[in-house]
Amino acid sequence: MDLIQHGFLRGIAYGLLIITVVMTATAWGMWLERKIAAQMQNRMGPMFVGFHGLLQPVADMLKLLQKEDILPAGADDWLFNLAPILTALFAIATAAVVPWSAQIVASDLDVGLLWVLALGGIMVVPVWMAGWASNNKFALIGGMRAVAQSVSYGVPLVLTSMVAVVFTGTMSLSGIVQFQMAHGWLIYWPPGPGIIAFLLFYMALLAESNRIPFDIPEAESELVAGISTEYTGMKFGMFYVAEYVHTMVGSAIAALIFLGGWDGPFHWLPGLHWMVAKTVILFVSVYWVRWTLLRFRSDQLMRLCWLYLVPMSLALLVFAAVWVTYFAA
Amino acid sequence: MTTEQILFYILGGGAVAASAAMLLPPLGKSPIHSAISLIVSFFFLAGLYALLSAHLLGALQIIVYAGAVMVLFTFVIMLLNLRPDETQEPRITAGKVLAGVLAAFVVGKVVTVVGLASAGAKAVDLAQPGYENFGSTKEVGYMLYTSFLVPFELISVLLLVAAVGAVILAKKSLHYVDRPEPPPSVFDQEHAHEHMHTQSGTDHAGDTHAPHDANAHAASHH
Repeated sequence: MDLIQHGFLRGIAYGLLIITVVMTATAWGMWLERKIAAQMQNRMGPMFVGFHGLLQPVADMLKLLQKEDILPAGADDWLFNLAPILTALFAIATAAVVPWSAQIVASDLDVGLLWVLALGGIMVVPVWMAGWASNNKFALIGGMRAVAQSVSYGVPLVLTSMVAVVFTGTMSLSGIVQFQMAHGWLIYWPPGPGIIAFLLFYMALLAESNRIPFDIPEAESELVAGISTEYTGMKFGMFYVAEYVHTMVGSAIAALIFLGGWDGPFHWLPGLHWMVAKTVILFVSVYWVRWTLLRFRSDQLMRLCWLYLVPMSLALLVFAAVWVTYFAA
Repeated sequence: MTTEQILFYILGGGAVAASAAMLLPPLGKSPIHSAISLIVSFFFLAGLYALLSAHLLGALQIIVYAGAVMVLFTFVIMLLNLRPDETQEPRITAGKVLAGVLAAFVVGKVVTVVGLASAGAKAVDLAQPGYENFGSTKEVGYMLYTSFLVPFELISVLLLVAAVGAVILAKKSLHYVDRPEPPPSVFDQEHAHEHMHTQSGTDHAGDTHAPHDANAHAASHH
């Protein structure tokens, strides 16, 4: 069995295409966020580079590329240099299994959802590496908070995704969407638990991608810039980009497993439109929340997770199992 | 050579190289670099599983080993902050000899079992009927709940025992103890007067006041 015949080259080509598109979309996602934040604060936002600042991401990248590369004294050079690369790598690798429509998918894994959760969970390793290798107490505290937060919020994230898996009976992302096309989106079918699971998933997603109100690891008012304190130039840029890619892929996953993916109210538009629209709406809503709410304290964050989110997700999972066994089909 | 073979040599070579880097200098000198090499090695192993059409196992390898277990490993090692110099122990200890003997036993066992198993084995063509779902979540789940039910349940019990043990170890006391009351705050109206009083006394009296109060409070509950 040669892999060439089994879509190996097609997978690589689609992977390159999707990486390019996702990275480009992410760059203008940053522009979009700055514009939204500016609107919410009655400012103009980026205005000078290009029409309404549309070329601002390019200018930012050129600026970052010119910065001096500084290695802090006493830092662990291996881990310090490796951390931003790995962070960006893991963030982009999650995009490989996201089906943007019935046909546009780099690798439609049988365990696509598990792959996304695995890479999301391991994202904390480079973050912690960066926090420790910087030899800076603010970075170290940021890294420790990141580990505590990611390990804790990974639990409700996995449990609520498993609710979707139990309802649909598959771990393949396109399989989940096909089920929803046949039975109705999970956010309203079966009525009740779907929307709760979606909200819990959304909160855990905010925490996993370190977004306010859960951005404790880089709380700039107390920790300078958290794990990225000591990073300059493009290494800082990689952390920055990875965060946005993580948020965007997370929004895509939420759209896939709860909002019906590329399914839409009418079908004369290709599925890609619906998928992109849902992803962008969720992506924007993350920033809407970010610029509206305040930051939690670290202990409040843990209490919210372990005392409320985890028990609720467990109850939902039990409900889903009972529903599927006795009421469905 | 087929693409599959090329990928196998890349992934297998990577796994071996990462494992070697774990022990040999320059990376092997620092515990942290060893742990990171181990994570890299786990990733290559996950790639090998995926190459064998066992996608579920590959994803689980990343979640459980590279993710959960190694996060804790690196966390502990980094917080202990072992410097390369402190870890240099050239002496041969009884523990090391025992570890060597056990490692040799495991290696010998693995080689024997793999050798015996692969002696009469033929490559299975996954395109044949009966193997379409090989390695899929459904197939693995079905096997776990039929052919391997007893070992699976035993491992579940083992994990449960480990979880309970971890909770017991993490608790400071097995009995329910009232949390000591926090020392009175200046913003606390009820204690405002008391607080000012202790402030006027010696510092030592101010320090011992709160725990003493808390003990009396706890005792009154029992």
